[in-house]
Amino acid sequence: MKHTLTVLVENKPGVLTRIAGLFARRGYNIESLAVGRTENPAISRMTIVVEGDDRVIEQVGKQLYKLIEVIKLTDITNDEHVDREMILIKVNADPAIRGEIMQIVEIFRARIVDIGRNSLIIEATGDEGKINAIESALRPFGIKEVVRTGKIAMARGAKSKNGRNQEAL
Amino acid sequence: MTSLPLKQREKMLHEVSQELHTNEFTGAEILLKALEAEGVKVIFGYPGGAVLPIYDALYKNKNITHILTRHEQGAVHAADGYARSTGKPGVCIATSGPGATNLVTGIANAYMDSIPLVAITGQVALAALGRDSFQEADITGITTPITKYSYLVKDVKDLARVVHEAFHIATTGRPGPVLIDIPKDITTKKASFNYPPELDLQGYRINNVINATQIGKAAQAMLEAKQPLIFVGGGAVASGAAEEVTSLAQMLSFPVTYSLMGKGAFTDNDELCLGMVGMHGTVSANYAMWEADLVIGIGVRFDDRVTGDLSTFAKNATVIHIDIDPAELGKNVYAHIPIAGDVKQVLRELLKVLKAKSVKPDLKPWLEKIAGWKKEFPLRYEKSDRLIKPQFVIQQIYEVTKGEAFICTEVGQHQMWTAQYYALSEPRRFISSGGLGTMGFGLPAAMGVQIAHPDKIVFNIAGDGSIQMNSQEFATIAQNKLPINVAILNNHNLGMVRQWQELFFEERYSHTNMSGQPDFVKLAEAYGLKGLRITRPEDVRPALEEAVASPSCYILDFHVDDTENVFPMVPAGASINNILGR
Amino acid sequence: MRLTGAQALIKFLEEENVKYIFGYPGGSVLALYDALLESSKITHVLVRQEQAAVHAASGYARVTGKPGVCIATSGPGATNLVTGLATAYMDSIPVVAITGQVSTDMVGTDAFQEVDITGITMPITKHNYLVKNVDDLPVIIKEAFHIASTGRPGPVLIDLPKNVAGKVFDYRPVAKVELQGYKPTYKGHPAQIKNLAGLLAQAERPLICSGGGVISSNAWEDLKELAEKVNAPVTTTLMGLGSFPEDHPLSLGMLGLHGTPYANYAVQNCDLLIGIGMRFDDRVTSAVNKFAPQAKVVHIDIDPAEIGKNVAADLPIVGDVKFVLNELLKRINPRRNDAWLEQIRAWKKSHPLAYGDNQSSLRPQYILQKLGELTKGKAIVTTDVGQHQMWTAQYYNFTKPRSFITSGGLGTMGYGLPAAVGAQLASPDSLVVAVTGDGSFQMNMGELGTATEQKLPLKILLLNNSHLCLVKQLQYFNSGKRYSGVCFTGNPDFVKLATSYPGAVGLRIEKPEDVEPVLIEALSNGKLTLIDCCISDEELVYPVVPNNGALDEMIYYPGGEK
Repeated sequence: MKHTLTVLVENKPGVLTRIAGLFARRGYNIESLAVGRTENPAISRMTIVVEGDDRVIEQVGKQLYKLIEVIKLTDITNDEHVDREMILIKVNADPAIRGEIMQIVEIFRARIVDIGRNSLIIEATGDEGKINAIESALRPFGIKEVVRTGKIAMARGAKSKNGRNQEAL
Repeated sequence: MTSLPLKQREKMLHEVSQELHTNEFTGAEILLKALEAEGVKVIFGYPGGAVLPIYDALYKNKNITHILTRHEQGAVHAADGYARSTGKPGVCIATSGPGATNLVTGIANAYMDSIPLVAITGQVALAALGRDSFQEADITGITTPITKYSYLVKDVKDLARVVHEAFHIATTGRPGPVLIDIPKDITTKKASFNYPPELDLQGYRINNVINATQIGKAAQAMLEAKQPLIFVGGGAVASGAAEEVTSLAQMLSFPVTYSLMGKGAFTDNDELCLGMVGMHGTVSANYAMWEADLVIGIGVRFDDRVTGDLSTFAKNATVIHIDIDPAELGKNVYAHIPIAGDVKQVLRELLKVLKAKSVKPDLKPWLEKIAGWKKEFPLRYEKSDRLIKPQFVIQQIYEVTKGEAFICTEVGQHQMWTAQYYALSEPRRFISSGGLGTMGFGLPAAMGVQIAHPDKIVFNIAGDGSIQMNSQEFATIAQNKLPINVAILNNHNLGMVRQWQELFFEERYSHTNMSGQPDFVKLAEAYGLKGLRITRPEDVRPALEEAVASPSCYILDFHVDDTENVFPMVPAGASINNILGR
Repeated sequence: MRLTGAQALIKFLEEENVKYIFGYPGGSVLALYDALLESSKITHVLVRQEQAAVHAASGYARVTGKPGVCIATSGPGATNLVTGLATAYMDSIPVVAITGQVSTDMVGTDAFQEVDITGITMPITKHNYLVKNVDDLPVIIKEAFHIASTGRPGPVLIDLPKNVAGKVFDYRPVAKVELQGYKPTYKGHPAQIKNLAGLLAQAERPLICSGGGVISSNAWEDLKELAEKVNAPVTTTLMGLGSFPEDHPLSLGMLGLHGTPYANYAVQNCDLLIGIGMRFDDRVTSAVNKFAPQAKVVHIDIDPAEIGKNVAADLPIVGDVKFVLNELLKRINPRRNDAWLEQIRAWKKSHPLAYGDNQSSLRPQYILQKLGELTKGKAIVTTDVGQHQMWTAQYYNFTKPRSFITSGGLGTMGYGLPAAVGAQLASPDSLVVAVTGDGSFQMNMGELGTATEQKLPLKILLLNNSHLCLVKQLQYFNSGKRYSGVCFTGNPDFVKLATSYPGAVGLRIEKPEDVEPVLIEALSNGKLTLIDCCISDEELVYPVVPNNGALDEMIYYPGGEK
């Protein structure tokens, strides 16, 4: 099954390479990976979606921990959490069918961020299900280009996962 | 059917099943069939657990010769030497783990010099991957920075296509090494052999279109130049453009200099040739580069060993830069007229345009100036009738071989002296590690060269430091009876480093003196090879003549003046008109 | 203190009590070499190829337990370290490798002798650094030594650009390492240790399997105490040889692919298997699903990632082996296990290690047995990789830790001679013997020059069969005796080769009766000596577990049962 891991790492050059290399070397499958700074500029947070059974995920966690720059790792798959992904879709949109597209946009609470002569760029944010749904809803119109950010996630509640203490996986 | 005699029926069934079976091959067989399809005749390698099925298939194969080296580093350098001297891709094979990691230096070496190479490594079985299994190493990860591309084959059905792609990538565009990592169980699984006639590589396209506007601009600049200089590099050799370079230079009477990698792309014996440029280049080449108003870089990458201080390099010149790799254009030196494309094609286009023009630039003052420099600052060294001067040995090798030998070198002072003093008139004759500067390259490379050219004279010119790095390959030479001549310029030092310590560290010689050297003559004899020690200048010539005349491998231990330095020299990072030892 | 980066580095190494650096100079490490000249405390050993520098540092580390240090220049110097780093990584050996790099302004331009060595070595180092700013250097070197030598040890590489090495700065030593993401677990979980004590109290057929982790955590005394107290027989992995004296009645020798029959039988019949500081490598377990079928498996290791990686552990204990054993010893009562020990004695008797008749022809096993006898198992023995390595493991009889220096995980041919150079410098009064084969020896034989230069009285026991015989053996069993690419016809006369180095001695053993006198001569002459032993290429390593077989399905020496 798919697991969502949040990984706090030191914000240093080469960290992403180390993690990507580790996944390749050990044969783990990355579904998506998103990375950015946290509230502390010295620390980055990655959200990694990995496919694998419990034993694989256990190894993934332990091997990641061995990287010196990995500070903390949490599998939030089974925790209450919010996850979001953003998609930009460039879709064919002759003036005649724009109305129909706008309706879909509204249903998904997405936005139109650029209008060309025969195309629109639509921005949508949501969980994976919603993103997949809007993509398939727009497909009949002719999708010209799609870009997705990959998932980012955060556990619900007051407790911060960016704390300094390590938590066992 | 039942009416058929039993024997006949059995025979038929047997034939049918044979037919079915012959359509299915093991991964190892598919690999070899693919290599055959690529025209591979020789592979250099070293067996081990993970490549056993490949070696078993090799045992049954009649078309591919396997050369067993004594270290995998020897295998990859030999494949490299084979490739450099023939222009065809070299192939080497090693087992997983240490076998694969032992290829790393050789792969990096080929990568830096853009040499087409296909390295095949065994890997642990798929199920054992990623578990730190015995002799497991993540060789695709390790070699990512030093290969043009690398593959880990996870399905036997992909193997034929992967091999085809690997050869395509290694040999086209800017050539380079490609690694194929094959897990052991892939080599025993069966599949049909489908060699795809077409390849579909989305991210790898060769640009065959040459920008005519740029050609026009370049031609114009060339016709207007007063002080032009052609600067030719390894790219001209790789693209087989020696003829075009020569036509261009001679048509316009442009002087020519070359990088270490470009040696041989333009004959040293032409009046227009200034020899090598850069750190140990000739004074005339460096001065010409300094004063040129037009530099035509052909298949070069303006490496730091060539340019010295980048901010002052060719500062008065318009730069035309022709290279197949667009990433090289403007990387180190700004190109006023960049032309991306295969050097040979670009030069042909350029020649067409130039031939149509009737005006020729008047270069008399420039050529006279250059002739003046050549006269005033020739390559020179202090002659001695007591000590053997290393430059003298190179000159003698040149004379004895009439300039027609394949010359391999290691890395160090001897390499620079060879580049300076061995005049060449053909490309692919000078086999040397340029970009990575790999000591230990020359001896195994010479094996690859000799195997590719069994009837030619092959020299490996070495230092005593370098020769010890892969000296185990004397056994491969003995096993294959290769008549390579090894000339060791023995100064009992890591001479080039010693030279830097003398010049830039106030003669504080730190760990560059080597005691504990073997007696190289005895070492040769231990292999049943011929060894000669030469300690007097007058013995140099006869020793070389004996070696060249004999069909045996000779190890010639020249005890040379150990205080000799390589001059001229532009200190690292200095402007190239700032020359020591003019 | 105003120092250049290079001077600061050397000063730091002095403060860390580094005695030897193994290296090879080149353009981008000139400043380091210049600073080395000023050091009276550090001896630089000039090798003949950088691969040997890292192997020698690794040999030094294995003998002393302290990190070995090596230096190479940028480009080919750095790439020549790769095999040695991978070797050290697989065997968890503390090594600090320092490589030169082109100046920071040239990094990434494909400059002369530039190579992305931190990128290349990511998969084969515990950690690595590219020093971009000289002010970071004190922290980096401190961290590097800390990371290399603590937790599960391993190699760390520091890539030092030429201009950083030459830059003057205000050097202040760093007192303490603070790494947010690196905090090894030393103390095993008390409840788990208690559980292990409980299992030991119930087990009737316990077996201890000791690996390299017992040696790196210096826990051999504790292991012995444990084994004796609960009367548990001990088998060792290749890396664990020496962690338990092989002349001890509870010793079963090595297990695995070429393990002793009784060790392998014990694994397949025990009811409790305690793996200590080992990683259930495929050479140990063979078919994992048939491994130790009757046993509860306890796995003690400092690296949590090893636990459950290959073999599922019924009881995992993450922690430093020495700490865990100490705690365990406080909680256990003596056990006798008489029936089990009786069974093991019976196996030892019925299925001893066996080889062919040593009267009529020269047997490598016999040579190694004699070597073990003559040195009383007290020499430091290094090996290369191949048949000779397995025979050494089987027949030498190791009795003390840190005396068997071999490449286990990566199986690196060419390791033995340079490792012996490091071992001899680490322990100048010890007798150091490099056992090797003709294939392996040739891989780094240039190091005869280093041994000569350093005047090291190494003994090189070369089991010469003019073949790559372990590969040949695999072809014998798996490829229908189709021997491909394994025959060396161009081999040198190794005695002549050895004596081409000034002061070195070359000896030859051709007949069984030569063995004792020649070995005695070699071991007592105080000189660098190569002994060329002319053995048959028909000899096979027995026992051998067939591909994917269970350990007790091993092929035993034909006719050797008693």
